[in-house]
Amino acid sequence: MKNKRRSPFAAALVIVAGLIISGGSYAAANAVVKHSNTSQAVTQSQLEEGKQLFLANCASCHGKNGVGTSAAPTLIGVGAASADFQVSSGRMPAQADGPQMQVKPVQFTREQIDAIAAYVGSLGTGPAIPSADMTAANGDAVRGGELFRINCAMCHNAVGAGGALTEGKYAPALKNIPNTRIYEAMLTGPQNMPVFNDANITPTDKKDIITYLKYLDENPSAGGYELAGLGPVAEGLFIWIIGLGLIIGFTVWLGAKSN
Amino acid sequence: MSEKAKEHRYESGLAVVQSGKVSDPGIEPHRVRMTDKSEKLERTANRQVAALFIASAVGSAFSIFAYFAFPITSDLGTVRSNTLWLGFGITLGLLGIGIGAVHWAKTLMPDAEVYEPRHQSRSSEENRAAAIEIIKLADQESGFTRRKLIRRSLYTALAMFPLPAIFFFGGLGPNPADTLRHTMWRKGTRLAKDPYGTPIKASEVTEGSVFHVIPEGLQDLTDTKLEEKAKAAVLLVRVDPSVLKPIAGRENWSYDGIVAYSKICTHVGCPVALYEQQTHHLLCPCHQSTFDLTDGCKVLFGPASRPLPQLPITVDAEGYLIAQSDFHEPVGPSFWDRSAN
Repeated sequence: MKNKRRSPFAAALVIVAGLIISGGSYAAANAVVKHSNTSQAVTQSQLEEGKQLFLANCASCHGKNGVGTSAAPTLIGVGAASADFQVSSGRMPAQADGPQMQVKPVQFTREQIDAIAAYVGSLGTGPAIPSADMTAANGDAVRGGELFRINCAMCHNAVGAGGALTEGKYAPALKNIPNTRIYEAMLTGPQNMPVFNDANITPTDKKDIITYLKYLDENPSAGGYELAGLGPVAEGLFIWIIGLGLIIGFTVWLGAKSN
Repeated sequence: MSEKAKEHRYESGLAVVQSGKVSDPGIEPHRVRMTDKSEKLERTANRQVAALFIASAVGSAFSIFAYFAFPITSDLGTVRSNTLWLGFGITLGLLGIGIGAVHWAKTLMPDAEVYEPRHQSRSSEENRAAAIEIIKLADQESGFTRRKLIRRSLYTALAMFPLPAIFFFGGLGPNPADTLRHTMWRKGTRLAKDPYGTPIKASEVTEGSVFHVIPEGLQDLTDTKLEEKAKAAVLLVRVDPSVLKPIAGRENWSYDGIVAYSKICTHVGCPVALYEQQTHHLLCPCHQSTFDLTDGCKVLFGPASRPLPQLPITVDAEGYLIAQSDFHEPVGPSFWDRSAN
């Protein structure tokens, strides 16, 4: 019987081989949507600092090693881009539970954010932080505007003024958002925002959309004061209260006797 | 109680008896204006009116200045200052004249109250009698009462005259026939990205993704492109297959968690495209109808009365997403002869 005895390592070997095959084929199948962007070199000390910061600030909800708890989702595979978006915009660390995580003053320095992002990025395969070259606002603003109206404007408003969603959630305004953060939001789909991967909105498309948003930031509305860009509700309220109020005021004055 | 009220007093019943009728207060006593009492104030008002007219003249001059100082150039932003300052000048020009004239009349022109009693609206007896005479004479001379044949044929002609309009208006525009019941989607039509028409592979639709979809070939249409897009627009979403609630008869309409629903709201046809990745809610921005994407897009909230129609999809040999068929029901809002479900 001795010769039929399997080595104690056989089971482990089979499991490892299985994991490599399934993981490898999954990665291959999804290769089209993954970023192979390695613009920032990650050092070991950065990873170590990121891990310490993660344990101190994130792990209570996201779990040790980012496996997730009942309070917050797993961060394995969300990528450095997602962590950078959440932390550098001040949404994370979260202050309180609610329909949506709020923007707050940023809690970390740029170096610390990079360290956290590098650590979260090392937990699994996910999109990396896009390079400055990918997010430069030197694309085609007209094309970006068309893509923005089709893919983004229904929630964020045609001029990026933001808008309401269901049950207390909302799409934030997109005025003066750093280019990298716009790119990361499209790529990772934070919170209730859908994911717009590189097959859906290509890196060129993303660049064009950033160019359009930057154009809006720099060019005021040609039609005069835009009343927050909210459209017919704000405009109607203005004309009914201020416009009609002025007309009523004039009418009263016309009919009043002089003192 | 006045005499009149007594006259109309009833023994019983529900009639409302008016007592203590408001009496005519007449014209209120004349109050002398400050400008009539004080020379100084009169001079002030005089200067105010003149100042308003001068302000008007300055405003008009300013709008001429603004026309040259803030021209509209190729930079669209210049429209803003051009419109603002031209409008400011013209407004001052008009308001100065108007307010000045009214202020002049109210403070300096005579303010004695005058009244003119309204004349009776009833004509005098002689005029009434004369009018009746004219009508009688006209009837006698034309024979309108006497000539039955003419009178009745005239009635018939007048009654018939508006009838053609019913048919003219009824025939306005082409009859939509069954175009409201069908879209461009056919068996095998590839799902393509709006607006450039790039076909979509199933592997590209990662979980949590939203694609705004048109049928492949739409971008090649010329005359009917917008009409077809208005009916065929689709939202494509991938969710974890385990959260999709199976709907009888539609088990194979999705592909590995990828579902496609009509983007046209069943309420009044706005594009429903506000997708929340975590709740799987689809929200219509016009009237807040909310649909549950995981449960056949049934209505969770709002005025829509039907779920969004689902487009049955699958993949072809090359891995591209294709439609299995057209929608199985008309998309968009209700119309006159659409059945209830």
